[in-house]
Amino acid sequence: MASMSSLQYTEERPFKVIVAKLGLDGHDRGAKVIARALKDAGFEVVYTGIRQTPEQVARAAIEEDADVIGVSILSGAHIHHVRLLMEKLSEMGGSDIPVVVGGTIPIVDVDELKRLGVRDVFLPGESLGRIVDVVRKLAEEKRRAELSGG
Amino acid sequence: MRSSAEAELSLSEKVDFKQLLESAAKGNLRSIGRLLTLVENPYRLPPEVFDGIARMAGKAHIIGVTGIPGAGKSTLISKLITEFRRRGNRVAVVAIDPSSPLSGGALLGDRLRMQEKAEDPGVFIRSVSTRGLRGGLSLAALSMVEVLDALGYDKVIIETVGVGQAETDIMNAVHTVVVVTMPGVGDDIQALKAGVMEIGNIYVLNKSDLPGAQEAFEYISFALSKGELGQRTGDWSPRLIRASAVMGSGVEDVANVIDEHISYLRSNGLAYEKVAARRLTLVRLMAERMIADSVERALQVKINDLKERVARAEGILEISAELADAACKLMSSTKPK
Amino acid sequence: MGTIFNEDEVKKIGEKAERWKVVTLKQWVERLPERQESFTTLSDIPIKEVYTPADIPNFSYEEKLGMPGEYPFTRGIHATMYRARLWTMRMFSGYGGPEETNKRLKFLIEHGETGLSLAFDYPTLVGVDPDDPMAEGEVGIVGVSVPSVVDMDVVFNGIDMSKVTTNMTINPPAPALLAFYVAVAEKQGVPYTQIGGTTQNDPLKEFMAQKSYVFPPEPAVKVAMDLIEWSVKNLPKWNPISISGYHIREAGATAVQELAFTLADGIEYVRQLKNRGLDVDSFAPRLSFFFDAHINFFEEIAKFRAARRMWAKIMRDWFGAKNPRSWWLRFHTQTAGVSLTAQQPWNNIVRTAIEALAAVLGGTQSLHTNSFDEPFRVPSEFAAKIALRTQQIIAYETGVADTIDPLAGSYYVEWLTDEVEERAWKYIDKIEGMGGMLEAVKKGFPQREIADAAYKFQKDVDEGRRFIVGVNIFAENEVEDIRKVPLLEFDQQETERRQKQRIAQVRSMRDQQRWARSLDELRRAAEKGENIMPYVLNAAKAYATLGEIMNTLKEVYGVYVEPPIY
Repeated sequence: MASMSSLQYTEERPFKVIVAKLGLDGHDRGAKVIARALKDAGFEVVYTGIRQTPEQVARAAIEEDADVIGVSILSGAHIHHVRLLMEKLSEMGGSDIPVVVGGTIPIVDVDELKRLGVRDVFLPGESLGRIVDVVRKLAEEKRRAELSGG
Repeated sequence: MRSSAEAELSLSEKVDFKQLLESAAKGNLRSIGRLLTLVENPYRLPPEVFDGIARMAGKAHIIGVTGIPGAGKSTLISKLITEFRRRGNRVAVVAIDPSSPLSGGALLGDRLRMQEKAEDPGVFIRSVSTRGLRGGLSLAALSMVEVLDALGYDKVIIETVGVGQAETDIMNAVHTVVVVTMPGVGDDIQALKAGVMEIGNIYVLNKSDLPGAQEAFEYISFALSKGELGQRTGDWSPRLIRASAVMGSGVEDVANVIDEHISYLRSNGLAYEKVAARRLTLVRLMAERMIADSVERALQVKINDLKERVARAEGILEISAELADAACKLMSSTKPK
Repeated sequence: MGTIFNEDEVKKIGEKAERWKVVTLKQWVERLPERQESFTTLSDIPIKEVYTPADIPNFSYEEKLGMPGEYPFTRGIHATMYRARLWTMRMFSGYGGPEETNKRLKFLIEHGETGLSLAFDYPTLVGVDPDDPMAEGEVGIVGVSVPSVVDMDVVFNGIDMSKVTTNMTINPPAPALLAFYVAVAEKQGVPYTQIGGTTQNDPLKEFMAQKSYVFPPEPAVKVAMDLIEWSVKNLPKWNPISISGYHIREAGATAVQELAFTLADGIEYVRQLKNRGLDVDSFAPRLSFFFDAHINFFEEIAKFRAARRMWAKIMRDWFGAKNPRSWWLRFHTQTAGVSLTAQQPWNNIVRTAIEALAAVLGGTQSLHTNSFDEPFRVPSEFAAKIALRTQQIIAYETGVADTIDPLAGSYYVEWLTDEVEERAWKYIDKIEGMGGMLEAVKKGFPQREIADAAYKFQKDVDEGRRFIVGVNIFAENEVEDIRKVPLLEFDQQETERRQKQRIAQVRSMRDQQRWARSLDELRRAAEKGENIMPYVLNAAKAYATLGEIMNTLKEVYGVYVEPPIY
């Protein structure tokens, strides 16, 4: 007799990424270019638009059950906003969702962001290829963790 | 950019559904998010889990929103959310966006219009891509509806775009179909006589501050009155409402008519019918998936042989019957994992 | 009008060039191929190996160039240009609180800048007070925090406003910031007739590029036109608008798109003002522009020259302006921030110098040069000084400012100017066909073009079709260079605290009745569709804060949420 669980050609689930702009910064060229590159690479991309609060971004990631969160900030307020984002994610049970950040970020701040739990930081000049690669690897890692941790 | 089917299957085996459901029912957003992912392919769930969810469901008002691209669906939905919240409703939104046929990726942009709601605990927004796999979208969307219904959201709004079988399946499964249009789309009526836009219960002429609004309103009203457009539900005739979502006008009226519709359905036992209808659709879709899968598998087994014969045009029609037979045999002989 | 070339000679040269290409060049290329398959500008205009008179055979000096100061002003809007007065060296500056910025302004003035340009922080740019929840963590970072007339006063403490002109890069809150500026100038005893400067006040490009928008498109444009109308009547030396291409370019547009969209914006604003019943000559002389100076050297110069020629035609022939000053395209330029790299940041000094040179050879009226630490933070004193010196070296050592439009007559430059112009007209025609730029913006047309161009550029860089030194060629793996860059340090949290304190003080010490009345009158004027400027000025003087003024207007006009366009 037929059985759903024996299906072989089942739906595969693409990786889902949130691309967000935190704070008042309106420079969205990079975020949009990256969103598009990720889509062309087969990701499902939820672009939140500009002027997001950490709470809005965390909510989006949780509701969408995202695999990776990408934050773009060119206003210099990255430490402040990302710190709040990591806190919100933790509060909502989403600490397992890896976060990457891109923008106008001094090197010393890169170290600080990583201390806050950010997995990678992209400076201006980063290639799309590398960004897509990093995001993919982080998504794969997260899915593997889900499978082993349950 | 995806995890394998096997991986997905084994994921469902690892999950403690009882605990996940309990947590979701208590309002834990992470659990709701995870649960929605797991039901995207409902056949991955243990059967009793899906039944359990379905038994909790049945009370929500499911609203399908579709329409002409550019007519402002997302903005209207965003304003409707505010209005329904004001009326004390908990609102969930499933926003559907097309996947790229080339890459399989998707830009899920509807959420952007609704992000301001993202801090309201009584609102849940989830984006879904069309994916492209047969029946996949409707299955996913309708399963998510069951979950959101079960979790106590009063209004579950599904936003779709485009014409096609998936959209038809979804719209046939909702209580209220809202079609959003705008002035100046050329022939106002022809544009709406495509796919599910023809069977709306409620038509909204959005951006009614634009030129041509009065004309559009008249054309559409006329078409509705003649029965050329729209869907009657018993005594309830399809309605047309003017709005300008961006300016905030008409939104209250739209919400009122939407509420009127569900009241009518509920007082005539028709709401329950819709719940049965959507589950029948789910069941049909799942059956179709099973059959399609068997056909795929049978094809893979015989592909070299069949390729030769069809290339030489040696009984193409008979070969398809052969394939169907082989698929049935495969289906009957399969042991559940 | 006649061509400057002898027709027979040109024909002969053209034939010779053809033969050269298929014989001489072919032989050379066989031995040593060209570096690339094709060469193109950043707008994808194909560049030939060499240009001759045959590429501009019908070139008419009168029609295409004219003399400096004469229609169509291709060579410059003034007859003397830099020989009489150098471009204004106007460095975009501001950070922290008014105290810090006051210090930085004085530093730059001391080191030779000849015009001021204020950069505001994000809360100020989008019209929220420092104690607004959305302002948290953002006060004083990308510019100075100026939420009230009191803050503006501190910015100009010890600076004689009758002796300087000030550009303010501010858009939706422009009426409020102009009001603060005017109130402070008044307090210094400067008569309205002497108050000089610019408010950027260009809403259309906000929706396309800079995105510090607040109100939806129509009210945003209305507010901006209110400012212009009031300003031309009351502040004869003020440039009420800086129609900007810079941000459009930085968002990803090509040079051709930058030019076309900027002029199309200008056309829309002129139309809007005319629709108010204003005579075009009453405001056109006070319109100003703002362009990017990017790294593809000759294309930028061609762009500036084409811009002057096109605007002159638009104003004289399309809008029928009679005053020659209405035909002048006066512009400020900023070197391209987006061309600077985080990798090997010292190289940015070189890029900025080349871009600045292009702006000067293009005849800019005013220039800001970026600092090399731009990819990381608002500039340090050290970096800002080098940027300023760059302009001074160009002005005083190179001799390029000693004659007007020196590149005129170059076959390549003239051909390229024509080419850029022609392509820009195509865009403008398309936009006008949509009903003008306001409609085009509402339809999302320029936004899509910009997003496509941005994506294409990034792919070109990633796939090695465009080169950036230090990024995809001659890249080094160490980040040590970047660590060595000495960045501006200031205590952001202390600044935020101080600004919150000051605004609280302003609120508690003002005449509450006068304040409340001023906002009430502003709201009613906005509801009735009156020109809001006098009411904003009144509110500013009643110590209404920026956030309070903007909230009042938001209640009337609403707020904008952008559609998803990639």
